Amino acid sequence: MKKKTAGQLDNLLSAARKSWSGEVRGLPTNPELRSQCIRIGLSVGERFTCIERLPGGTIVVQAHRQEIAIGKNLAKEIDVEFD
Amino acid sequence: MSDNNLTPDDITEALPHSNHRHVDIPLAKFLETDKIKLVLVGNPNVGKSVFFNYLTGLYVDVSNFPGTTVEVSRGEHGNYAVYDTPGIYGVSSFNDEERVARDIILEGDIILNIVDAVHLERDLFLTMQLIDMGKKVVVCLNMMDEAKSRGLHIDEQALADRLGVPILTTTAIHRQGFDQLETFITKACVGKSDPTLHRHTHELLNRVGSQEEALLVLEGDEVVAERHGLQPGEMRELIYVERRNRLNKLLYKVVTAEEKKRSFSMTIGRVALNPWTGIPFLVLILYTLYLFVGTFIAGDVVDFTEGTIGNKYFEVYVKDHVSAFSDVAITVDLLGEDSSGEEITLESKTFDFSDGINSNPTLEEEMLAYRDRGDHSVSYEYHNPFMVILFGEFGVFTMTVTYLLFMLLPLVIGFYISLSLLEDSGYLPRLATLVDRSLTSLGLNGRAVIPLILGFGCVTMATITTRLLGSEREKRIATSILQFAIPCSAQLAVIAALLAGAGLKATLIYAAVIFTVFVAIGTILDKILPGETSPLLLDLPPMRIPRFRNVMQKTWVRTYHFMKEATPWFFVGALAVSLLLVSGLLQSWQNFLAPLTQGWLKLPAESATAFVMGLVRRDFGAAGLYDMNLSPMQIVVALVTITLFVPCIASLMVMLKERGVKEGMTIWGGSWVLAFGVGGLVALLLL
Repeated sequence: MKKKTAGQLDNLLSAARKSWSGEVRGLPTNPELRSQCIRIGLSVGERFTCIERLPGGTIVVQAHRQEIAIGKNLAKEIDVEFD
Repeated sequence: MSDNNLTPDDITEALPHSNHRHVDIPLAKFLETDKIKLVLVGNPNVGKSVFFNYLTGLYVDVSNFPGTTVEVSRGEHGNYAVYDTPGIYGVSSFNDEERVARDIILEGDIILNIVDAVHLERDLFLTMQLIDMGKKVVVCLNMMDEAKSRGLHIDEQALADRLGVPILTTTAIHRQGFDQLETFITKACVGKSDPTLHRHTHELLNRVGSQEEALLVLEGDEVVAERHGLQPGEMRELIYVERRNRLNKLLYKVVTAEEKKRSFSMTIGRVALNPWTGIPFLVLILYTLYLFVGTFIAGDVVDFTEGTIGNKYFEVYVKDHVSAFSDVAITVDLLGEDSSGEEITLESKTFDFSDGINSNPTLEEEMLAYRDRGDHSVSYEYHNPFMVILFGEFGVFTMTVTYLLFMLLPLVIGFYISLSLLEDSGYLPRLATLVDRSLTSLGLNGRAVIPLILGFGCVTMATITTRLLGSEREKRIATSILQFAIPCSAQLAVIAALLAGAGLKATLIYAAVIFTVFVAIGTILDKILPGETSPLLLDLPPMRIPRFRNVMQKTWVRTYHFMKEATPWFFVGALAVSLLLVSGLLQSWQNFLAPLTQGWLKLPAESATAFVMGLVRRDFGAAGLYDMNLSPMQIVVALVTITLFVPCIASLMVMLKERGVKEGMTIWGGSWVLAFGVGGLVALLLL
């Protein structure tokens, strides 16, 4: 997996806390994962709200009306900009 | 990673439905028909099977696609051959379900695309892809009732105009809109695809031959590209992003959402996810499951089906009949209760029929009169090895049938009812989310919770279910955990009874040891196996009240499928053990193990028998410990060893089939070492 420097970590979906909103800015490098993200509704420019952050870092977001659970390691690969 | 859905549903989606004819037909023949091919396509959990059942009714054929574990169904409706496909998020080759669906879609004349009206952002992505493929499509906008209750207004006409295909609104569970289904199917047409994309696909047409395949080549589908001797295209992401943008623009125009208070279903969904409320919620659900499966099914129901129907009536009936002409010694135990209500043998008598029951009517009458004296149990000792194999203690036609029909079947039904309820309620993906992080440290992701839970029902059933995991690595880890450390329900019942007698301290030590081993296996395999755990990416469907009919249908389909697949292995297993018994090899094993159990585990010599019996049925192993006078700590050592010890023979057979001989035998051999290793260490510490 792509390593991020400390300063970049704030702009990753893995940093999201409950009720934070934002916009997706970048998807994982693995092409298959990227495609699956786009299909499920997480593409660049998409708005989301973090509806839950579980202990251990699994993130649940809502994009449009779809609730999506994202494992910690995947969330670390999704670049976002929080509001 | 496979895909972002919980695949037991794929299993059901891909499996035949009620009243089906299970015929294994080769792929080409399965798709061969003079009729118009109508293919049902949709995301998981959109109600596709309701449409399929409505259209096809009674007679359905099932094909297992070569090289995959995905089964698909075909039925007929008037001039149409109707094909059901597994739930998918898009037409591509990310996993077996998608590959199978893709090939049927490519062959289809008309696509009936079922769409969840509440999740248009997700579902219409597939619809647009089907339209871009140039297929004739008709869209069913399903779950309209739910969309309305959530305050969604969908301008169907505008949507139909923009997509260029007819749209029918339905609520499948109430069959609303179904009266128009047939008319709408006849209106299916090629929709409006993206003009730029259309140009690109046209450039490829002379090399590929069809727009649909040209699109898949552009989208980088390696299989389709190879079929035409082409390199897969590199435009997938570009096309996907463009499609996503078109979709978002489209929805902006056709959907308006009214601000509604959060519905009850959403609230429950959030409660199940919030760690503070979600964990008590999970405990409550597990406790309810325990009451239903553990107490009611495994206790009351199986006591009756196995103890009464199986052992008392069925086996006695069969054995009485086959003993007519065979050399047999029949022992009748008259049963009663002692002062504490425990069942005891009051009196017993053996009747020796050296030429079969029929040859000695006087003795037969005497035996029957003895049996009539009250509650009794009967055991038969055959001298002919052939009879031992077929009708003896582990007889192919006696024990195996009882085991399969009167013990395993009720348990499997109980577990599948629970699984279907959890799944249809929408709780399962939330549970997977909740436990995702814990399972990641074992090299798995949240999805693996399904086979792990099923393992407590039947390890054989759970081993088959590991198929739904995303990668070989995960299947390997989950299978190892299941086969090593998870006691099945039959064994669990006996373990619980023994531990109840051994006290709380013993129970806690036992649970701690097994849990440690469980975690250690996963952690170690995660460290040593190459590769990484595939991350969780899961869409969470709304929480709903499960429909009785649907739950029953899923249960039936899954139970049928499991029994069909596992039954031969139980027979093979029983046969193998009977052969070991007859040839004396079982006794040799026992003699070989005795010093190990005595010297290393510090258990009585007879406990070797229990371990050998565990090879046949895991509960036999544990049950053998009942009659020994063990101290509480000896019970802990014996139970730890027997839990970690090799799985039952049917489970081994299924594992060999799923994981191959090399890996299967490594796990099997490993469980001997692990069981005696850990058991011995516990003995060193405790005894």
